[in-house]
Parts: sequence; structure tokens; C-alpha cells
Amino acid sequence: MKPVVDETPTPMVKAESVCKSFGALEVLKGITLEIGRGEVLVLVGPSGSGKSTFLRCINHLEQVNAGRLYVDGDLIGYRDRGSKLHEMSPRDAAKQRRDIGMVFQHFNLFPHRTALENIIEAPIHVKRVKKNDAVARGKDLLNQVGLSEKAEAYPAQLSGGQQQRVAIARALAMNPKLMLFDEPTSALDPELVGEVLEVMKKLASEGMTMVVVTHEMGFAREVANKLVFMDGGVVVESGPPREVLASPKHERTKAFLSKVL
Amino acid sequence: MTDVDTSPPTHPAAIDAVPLRHPWRWVASVVIVVLVALFVYGAATNEAYRWHIFAEYFFNDRIFMGVSNTLQLTVYSMVIAIVFGVILAVMRLSPNPVFRSVSWVYLWIFRGTPIYVQLTFWGLIPTIYKNIQLGVPFGPSFFHLDLQALSIPFLLATLGLALNEAAYMAEIIRAGISSVPEGQLEASTALGMSWGMAMRRTVLPQAMRVIIPPTGNEVISMLKTTSLVTAVPYTLDLYSIATREIAAREFEPVPLLLVAAAWYLVVTSVLMVGQFYLERYYSRGVSRKLTTKQLEALAKAQQIGEAGHV
Repeated sequence: MKPVVDETPTPMVKAESVCKSFGALEVLKGITLEIGRGEVLVLVGPSGSGKSTFLRCINHLEQVNAGRLYVDGDLIGYRDRGSKLHEMSPRDAAKQRRDIGMVFQHFNLFPHRTALENIIEAPIHVKRVKKNDAVARGKDLLNQVGLSEKAEAYPAQLSGGQQQRVAIARALAMNPKLMLFDEPTSALDPELVGEVLEVMKKLASEGMTMVVVTHEMGFAREVANKLVFMDGGVVVESGPPREVLASPKHERTKAFLSKVL
Repeated sequence: MTDVDTSPPTHPAAIDAVPLRHPWRWVASVVIVVLVALFVYGAATNEAYRWHIFAEYFFNDRIFMGVSNTLQLTVYSMVIAIVFGVILAVMRLSPNPVFRSVSWVYLWIFRGTPIYVQLTFWGLIPTIYKNIQLGVPFGPSFFHLDLQALSIPFLLATLGLALNEAAYMAEIIRAGISSVPEGQLEASTALGMSWGMAMRRTVLPQAMRVIIPPTGNEVISMLKTTSLVTAVPYTLDLYSIATREIAAREFEPVPLLLVAAAWYLVVTSVLMVGQFYLERYYSRGVSRKLTTKQLEALAKAQQIGEAGHV
């Protein structure tokens, strides 16, 4: 666990009774939680519990139906004009997403671009960074994830673990204030999981605020400040990972943990 | 105990096997060669082909002009069709319902009527719309163009071919876009790209791999469809010049049809070469196979590594 957590008044993420339905299917039934700056929060729960949906709500890949979701004090997805909320324009939504990095289960690297091109794509075209600066930063990031010699390789030529590390570097290239990880190691061969978790650990130790959906309980115990167990679209239990993992209070948590530990 | 040899690996000699033989391929080849030789001999000695007339007109100036006009019709109409097709496909897939319906109606009309009818219609436009005025509707006009005074069959033929082709290109491009996994658009969105930028930078370049082979087909098909512009009527393309103009004058339809066919084949062959290089360019990153350059770099690194160990 990280020793220092900066306690500033506005939390990095603040969810107030967040609800999300797809048609008649209610996936999130009121999620309330806070994530402080520099904190690492791990979301666990059975599949279909809504943890990925909640993660996707944070960067507005899904639109929240009820409740409020704030990132760094900004309301996500809507403009608050006093009496009524207004749907946000795509341009404004894109602007909000620039500061929120996301890493996907299936990496979603751009297959037609090399590792380095993947990383410099958004800084150059979204943030209008000069190409030379973006390349220098991109090489630096590749170095940080231990792939400096793979700059010119296409994603199809990389192993799963290498692809996911490039994907993390790609998200970091936008200098995000918050990183979202959606089951980053679930699609990997067991021997490749470690190298990705190692990069994530380093990132956490450098003070990045992270929300991680994962089944890696070891990572949760070692790195996370807070563990949230979700089931059926609600938060069942949350607390320091060691406590929740060692002595879960709810039956559902116990049942779930007995299967994954 | 299992028999696993843990001693350091020895380097066995490379395998020198006898390659698999394929005798039936040789037999089939011989049969085909004989049949082709018989056909060529027959064609060469048959008077009806009039090979001296073929030779005389193959490098004829009027034929060259026809080839050039046909090529221009093909290139201009395909370029317009591809640009317009991209716009229509993106409209069809856009979240905007107005764009979606406009695109659907366009496709319905232009795919639903024969190209020959459309070309005839384009030819009649100067008769239907005698002049073009630009101004406030029902108010004063600032600009006036008399369509009947212009000689514009080439322009009308190009437009007619292009607008028809755009409908087909739109469907090809839409199929290409749909073939790109959803995660690509999602990853681009998560990086802060707008929908349009994600289309342009991420989705369309990947769709190109699926779009190019059928587009190559369309170009080749367009080259031949240009022979229909006689409906406009435009009479200076390869087919019209060879058959209507020269063959009608010389009473020699067979050799001149062959001249036209041979030139269509020549141009098609050139287009196929272009398609090969385009496909290679857009297939980068698709295969795990390393490029020659990457393989050389790896082999070099391996040699250096081995030299270091010794």
C-alpha cells in the first residue's frame, strides 16, 4: 500500500448515486463512492456486476442516467445550468476525456500504426503537441514500460503483455490526471500478467490516481488504497483491501472471494 | 523418471529432404499448352480476323485519343465517386438521423435505376433545365448560365458515371468501416478524439484494407462502363471511336473490336499493378510476419549477441 495520500478537498472522482440502464436492464443501481488524489481504487465483483460499466461512465463512454459523477470537480457528460442539466456537446465531452486515460481488456491498439505511432497519435492530433516533442516523450514512455527497442514494431508483432504495456504508455502520453484500467490483465497468458502489473505498480508509486477493475487480488492487496466489491449494480462492501480480503463482512463478498482467492 | 535430456543442446545438421513431386501438374500444363497453341494457330490463319487491319489501327491516332478519353472518364468519375462515396458512407453511419436518411434516399435512387437510363437523363439535362440562375429563391438572381449554349457532353458523362458509382462505392466503404472492430473507435474516443477524427485517423485507414480489392474491381468495371456514355451522347471514347467511327467507315467490325478489346486489356493490366502496390501499403501491421528490414535487424542483433557469448 502507498504511504502518502494527498488529502485535498475535491476528490479526483466523486460518484453520487450513479445509475445506468440499457433499455429496461438496470446495470448500475446507485453507486456512491469517492476516490482521492493519488489513490488507487480496485473494483472487484462477479461478471455482470456493473464494474466495467461504472468505469466507462467515468470517462463518459456510457452516459449516466441518474445521479451525478464528477471528475476533479467537473460534472461528467452534462452541463449544469442551474435548474436543469443539458446534454454535453461531443466536442466538450472529448475535451473531458483528454485528461482521463483508459486501458482496455483487449488493448485496442491501432494495428496500422507502430508502437511509437500509437503513442504519439493523440498528443499530436488531439493536443496539438509538436511532432518532435511527442516523439521524444513517446520514446521516454516506451522506455518506462520497458519496450524501448520495440518502437518500430506493429502491435501484431508484440506479445499480449507488450501490447498492453504500449497501451498504458499510449494513455499516459496524454498526461492524464486519472487512469482507468478495465481488466487490463484478463486477456493475457499467465506468465505475461506480471510484467503489466509491474508497470501499474510503478505508476501507482509515482502518485497516479487509478481505478482498476481486476481479478488480481494480489495486486489489490499490495497496491490499492481501497477495494470496492460490487454485485448486482450496487456497492456491497468497501474498505482497505487487506481488511476486506481477510475478513469480508457480507455473505456475497465471502462467496465471491472464496472462488477467486 | 522421465527421459528428458538436460545436457546442453547440440546443433544437428540442416534437413536435406527430397522435395514432393507433382507429376499431374506437368500433364495438365502440357494439355493446356497444346490447346492454346491450336487456338492461336487457328486465329492466326483465319481470314476473318484481318490481322493486318488490327495492326494498322492498333497505333492509330484516333484510337489513342479514344484511349485517352476513356482513361480520363474513368479516372475523373472514380475520383469523384470515391470522395462522394466516403461522404455518403460516413453519413449513413453517423449518429445524425438527417444525414442517415439523405444517404439512404440517394442510394435508393442511384442504385435502383440502370446506369444507361441515368446517362441518357444526364444528356437531357440541358433540355430540361435550359439555364441555371443563382440568387434568392423567387427573388432576384445574381448569376446566369445558359446550359444549352455550352457543349458539355464530356462533363455530363463524367458526372453521370460518378454519381452512379458513388452509390456503389458508398456501400463498399460502409462494409469496410463496419469491418473495423468497435474497440478501435472506443480507444480513439477515450483518447479525446472527436467522432470525425476517429473516423479519419483510426477507422478509415484500417477499413482501406477491406475497401481496396472491391474498389479495384469497380475501377476496372468503370473502365468498361465508360463504353455506355454513348447514351449521353458522348462519342469520343475508345469503344465509340473504334466501332462507330472507324469500323463503320471501313466495314471491318472484327479487327476493330479486337483493337478496342486489346486496349481495354492493356489499361486494365496497368490498373492491376497499381492495385497491387496500394494493397501492400494498406496491409501494413496486419501480419505478424516481420518485414525484410525487421528480419535483417533481428538477425544482426542475434549475431552480435552470439559473438558476445563466445
